[in-house]
Amino acid sequence: MHAPLLRKLLLLVLGMFAFAFALVPLYDVFCDITGLNGKVELTAAEASKEQDLARKVDVSFTTHTQGQAPFKVQAETYQVTVTPGTLTEVSFTAENLSVDARIMQAIPSVSPGMAAKYLHKLACFCFDQQSMQARQKMSFTLRFYVDTELPTDIAELTLAYTLYDITDRNAAVYVMPQYPAIKQFGDFERDAVGKGYVYSIQAAVYQQIRGLSHG
Amino acid sequence: MTSSTQQAEHEHDHAHHGPATGIKRWLFTTNHKDIGSLYLLFSLLMFLIGGGMAMVIRAELFQPGLQLVDPHFFNQMTTVHGLIMVFGAVMPAFTGLANWMVPMMIGAPDMALPRMNNWSFWILPFAFLILLASLFMEGGGPAFGWTFYAPLSTTYSNDNTALFVFAVHIMGVSSIMGAINVIVTIVNMRAPGMTWMKLPLFVWTWLITAFLLIAVMPVLAGAVTMVLTDKYFGTSFFDAAGGGDPVMFQHIFWFFGHPEVYIMILPAFGVISTIVPTFSRKKLFGYASMVYATSSIALLSFIVWAHHMFTTGMPLAGELFFMYATMLISVPTGVKVFNWVATMWRGSISFEVPMLFAIAFIVLFTLGGFSGLMLAITPADFQYHDTYFVVAHFHYVLVTGAVFSIMAAAYYWLPKWTGYMYSETLAKWHFWLSLVSVNILFFPMHFVGLAGMPRRIPDYALQFADFNALISIGGFAFGLSQLLFVAVVFKCIAGGQRAPAKVWDGAEGLEWDVASPAPYHTFSTPPEVK
Repeated sequence: MHAPLLRKLLLLVLGMFAFAFALVPLYDVFCDITGLNGKVELTAAEASKEQDLARKVDVSFTTHTQGQAPFKVQAETYQVTVTPGTLTEVSFTAENLSVDARIMQAIPSVSPGMAAKYLHKLACFCFDQQSMQARQKMSFTLRFYVDTELPTDIAELTLAYTLYDITDRNAAVYVMPQYPAIKQFGDFERDAVGKGYVYSIQAAVYQQIRGLSHG
Repeated sequence: MTSSTQQAEHEHDHAHHGPATGIKRWLFTTNHKDIGSLYLLFSLLMFLIGGGMAMVIRAELFQPGLQLVDPHFFNQMTTVHGLIMVFGAVMPAFTGLANWMVPMMIGAPDMALPRMNNWSFWILPFAFLILLASLFMEGGGPAFGWTFYAPLSTTYSNDNTALFVFAVHIMGVSSIMGAINVIVTIVNMRAPGMTWMKLPLFVWTWLITAFLLIAVMPVLAGAVTMVLTDKYFGTSFFDAAGGGDPVMFQHIFWFFGHPEVYIMILPAFGVISTIVPTFSRKKLFGYASMVYATSSIALLSFIVWAHHMFTTGMPLAGELFFMYATMLISVPTGVKVFNWVATMWRGSISFEVPMLFAIAFIVLFTLGGFSGLMLAITPADFQYHDTYFVVAHFHYVLVTGAVFSIMAAAYYWLPKWTGYMYSETLAKWHFWLSLVSVNILFFPMHFVGLAGMPRRIPDYALQFADFNALISIGGFAFGLSQLLFVAVVFKCIAGGQRAPAKVWDGAEGLEWDVASPAPYHTFSTPPEVK
């Protein structure tokens, strides 16, 4: 007598478990359609068919490293002024600061977030993983244009790259020795290549040192 | 078959139906009253263990600076305190109350799925054994907060994270099985004449809670599974370097997390709606509106999750939507509070201990609700986020809300469970000591929070020293007062003044038709509900 209801409830449980995983693509689709979250496509776009020569938009470039990834990437010009629809090229210099080969992945993000879907990249070093030899210097070219549909209240936007060291996807946190304060919380170990200090540090302390806080 | 052999067989049946003896009674029991007692005692044990961790936290925060424990251990304490209190103390306590009371309130002989009921309890101790054991392992237990935000729980956590994940899986399976049991029992096993709008409110609130559990516990299971595969199997659900997004973790977590807070408070509403009419000697004011308010709260709980994430950088439209949706919840909640007050209005109120806890609940839960409204104001939330103001808010709704309602329920039904009256004097001491100390403990947290003291940090700036000392004293007093509760409960189990079937003269409901203590089997023949 309980079996039909039980079956329905179990189905609901399974459905909700599946829904949790369905949220992953749904989240991406939602961000894509609404342009929220500043997420940008990691695939090459087509060149623009139209131009809006009357408008000027300032585009700035910043980079920062995640978890002390040993890379330095800089745009040769900090800021460019572009007209929507016009293809623009910007050169970046990149350097592997460590003494062994590393693989870098750059993740772009646009702010304000609403502008993300209006910035189209035709070529970007963020499309691929970049293998870099020890101390190797490279230069990359970014080719992009700003969509003519860009809302008129946006006059400047920033393209920010976060650089990840994905050589070892479960890499330990690298903490530079200039943070002696954290030594009281545990032992440092010099890593195999002598490049930095590996510290399996408690995240909250790490966050405190970085002046961050989490919810 | 002659009538005499029938009778003999009948008696034979009864001999088999009494409780088994020894440990096997508890291990193999399928009796809803036994399982209810197991849940309640387990929850009491977890309440004391989680409370012990709170004592460690308050001892460390008694003075500024680092003195007793190292920060990594402090983080484990805040994390495991939260997990134990949510999944080990509050949720099992309500499941225990549901096991004991729901069949008796609807005139059913037992829960619908008694063997599953046995399983859903007995896997729970193992979940918490795994979680607590991880504290003693190399690297320690989970230290990323009970919300286990990625990347704290993925990139920056230690290898014992797998134990945390499995423990949460088992807890989830347990509460899903418990919820399924409650739903099937209520839908299929009501006594004849027990129509939907005659259901006691505790049963109504639990039915709605059970649906919330079924809807969101699987989402939590999905979230911890993603953390597990991100950490150990190289997936990138929450890792930006692999195309994932750490903010998505927060969306998935709070999609579970916000309904979860209503899972912990809706049964409390049911308890209070049962106790207040009894001691006001009046019918509950606005029964139907209570049912509709509970349902609206449950539905609204699914569209407010991002109010936990105002500071992650949402577009204005999103912030406004989640702000207004959150504030909307105060409407059905207000309906409930006004109904309780209207029930008491011009009632002949007496102040037995369950009523004292219920009145304290109404006042202090409402206070917690108001600080919640303050937090819902997006621009203000940027100031309050991650401060002790948030800690004050959710401890008012969870300690003086959920926990006080559980205490009220325990005192209300203890005579029915044990057959003895509890010691009113000791219970009054327990109430008044708890009431005073809990406010010394949590009220000043509003002030230090508004002044900017961050939560989850083992140290603080010197200007917060005096308030923190006061808070810690309140904390120790509240912790010690709970030992009185333990004493009252065990004293009441051991003996005392015999309780009549109808313990409280104003009480209504089928559970008061059966003897005290409630016989091992009740309502083998369904009662007629008029």
